Amino acid sequence: MPRKILFITTDQQRYDTLGCNGGQVARTPVADQLAAEGIRYERAVPQSVVCMPSRSTIITGQHPSTHGVWMNGVPLAVDAPSVAQVLHDAGVKTALIGKPHFEPFLDPFAAFAENRFADGEPVNGHRGFDHFEAATHGVAGNLAYARWMQKNHPEAMGGFYPVLDGALEVNAMGGGETGMPQLWTNPIPKEWYHTDWCADRTISWLDTLGNDDDFFCWLSFPDPHHPQDVPASELGRINWRDVELPAGYIADQARREAVLDAKPAHWRAWYDGRLVSNYEAPANWVPATLTEDQIREFTAYNAIACELIDEAIGRVIAHLEARGIADDVDIFFSTDHGDLGGDFGLAFKGPYHVDGLMRLPLIWRPAKHRAITPATVSAPVGLVDLAPTFCQVAGLPAPSWMEGSSLPVSDDDAAARGFERVLTEWDSNLFGVEVHLRTITRDNWVCTTYLRGTTSDGTDGELYNLAEDPLQQVNLWNDPSAAAMRSDLIDDLWAHQPVQQLPLATLVAPV
Amino acid sequence: MTLGSIRHEIVINRPAADVWKLAGDPARLHEWFPGITGLTLDGNRRTITVAGGLTMPEDIVINDPSARRFEYSITLPIFTFHRGMIDVIELDPDRCLVVYSTEADPRTMALVISGGCYRALQELKRQMEAPIEETVA
Repeated sequence: MPRKILFITTDQQRYDTLGCNGGQVARTPVADQLAAEGIRYERAVPQSVVCMPSRSTIITGQHPSTHGVWMNGVPLAVDAPSVAQVLHDAGVKTALIGKPHFEPFLDPFAAFAENRFADGEPVNGHRGFDHFEAATHGVAGNLAYARWMQKNHPEAMGGFYPVLDGALEVNAMGGGETGMPQLWTNPIPKEWYHTDWCADRTISWLDTLGNDDDFFCWLSFPDPHHPQDVPASELGRINWRDVELPAGYIADQARREAVLDAKPAHWRAWYDGRLVSNYEAPANWVPATLTEDQIREFTAYNAIACELIDEAIGRVIAHLEARGIADDVDIFFSTDHGDLGGDFGLAFKGPYHVDGLMRLPLIWRPAKHRAITPATVSAPVGLVDLAPTFCQVAGLPAPSWMEGSSLPVSDDDAAARGFERVLTEWDSNLFGVEVHLRTITRDNWVCTTYLRGTTSDGTDGELYNLAEDPLQQVNLWNDPSAAAMRSDLIDDLWAHQPVQQLPLATLVAPV
Repeated sequence: MTLGSIRHEIVINRPAADVWKLAGDPARLHEWFPGITGLTLDGNRRTITVAGGLTMPEDIVINDPSARRFEYSITLPIFTFHRGMIDVIELDPDRCLVVYSTEADPRTMALVISGGCYRALQELKRQMEAPIEETVA
């Protein structure tokens, strides 16, 4: 049996950006077709809503408490378990092309291997990969895409949005027509933008393989993560003025703020600009200033980024078809976490365990020889389940260190194999501001308990009934009628929550 | 925003005087700070080059062998303020505590720099506790 895996990830992509998931803005025919031919997951949940912990979960098949990457800036141990290593050891050729981010980017001392490969250091099977070509947002850093741009198109490098400001904080500078932070008009030709580069490099690597070779290719697009600086030539695809506001945006200010006030204190504190708990959003931006037009323009740019990704995936699949091997390939599509995208009047990400960040696109288009019937799975699954799925596809047992299970192929399969709950963690401690959350998604409920932190005494939390309140606007944490459910969910959470490895690994960079 | 202030510390199983001999010598920083690829010293002016290609000029502010305190300031324009402090504190005749503190404005630079300091402390401990043969080699 062929063992060919094309694992496609994006960065910070919302569930509702795909047409097959009900999205109305971006046109994503390639992802939609994959979903039609395969399995579309309606409740795929990350184990962390920031990049490094979530990506570490994907590659290790472990929760953050186990792999130890509790926040961006904490490197995944070089000898951490890796599904790529498992596959490599079984004779599968392995590559990662695009955004890795198991190790920090801001690395002036070049302490981390990811930041040294582009300058000639041999990959030597780093984390199990034979081949490694890295990219991130823009052209900063010592990564392969940045080096390619420096060599071939240096005149276009200045067109990207400066992700960080002069103080190395996430930039709050506004652009576009609305002054939306992290949004920018980038004159770069589409062919030079990192989305197309990732697809080009993937095709190039696939062409080094024979048709009989087994492979695991992780194609990792940096978009649609902010900054929203897609090629200017593509902006005509969507007129932002025509974009509808997201369902999660509450137009009435008083009601919006009342909803925020019913959540734990750090929600409103961030909205008002009184508290910045983490590095993942512009430090000098006050979310309460976010306008409806800014949300529209952000949504349009974000959707264009999603369309470009969809088209780039289409090119890779077309290449596989031209070689006659597309039907032999198991294709997976997902992302590491979502984006608040205007929900609750917020954008970007942080310690907010709601659908904007927690409900992810996930599609598995199985190879034809598996004869798996297309399906939609509504049971909760996690990114922690990807690594064991890759093992299963490769005909290998999942190592005991993996904490997930191979993805179900139907709801009946999910029920038979006990897919009941998914856990998500947040730990941050940045310049004296601490936030710690533990969340369980189960039975169409999402329950988050807060550990003691800067704005929490450890007794507050969030409880949402997804069936009755799909936008998570009614916090039932203190509702007596939901007390039994809350208690049951929390007991279940702590019964399954992996024990956190202590002491916590040291934060050695902002990101 | 306030300054970024980050402190890393490590216990080293060697006498404080031995550790200070290396950690307190401004000309030998590159021997135990991973990622420093070049170093020049001209009086109280030190310039280091890091593996990422950046050159960082520094002013040495304190070099006090009695207190075993070394303090310096990176004078790159990106810093409004920087202070790096290395303290070697005797715990007992055979052990010492080494504290490496970084204070910076902008505060994010404290995180960027202190990550290197954290690894430097680990390397300092490794070298100081290594068998004599390895140290000599």
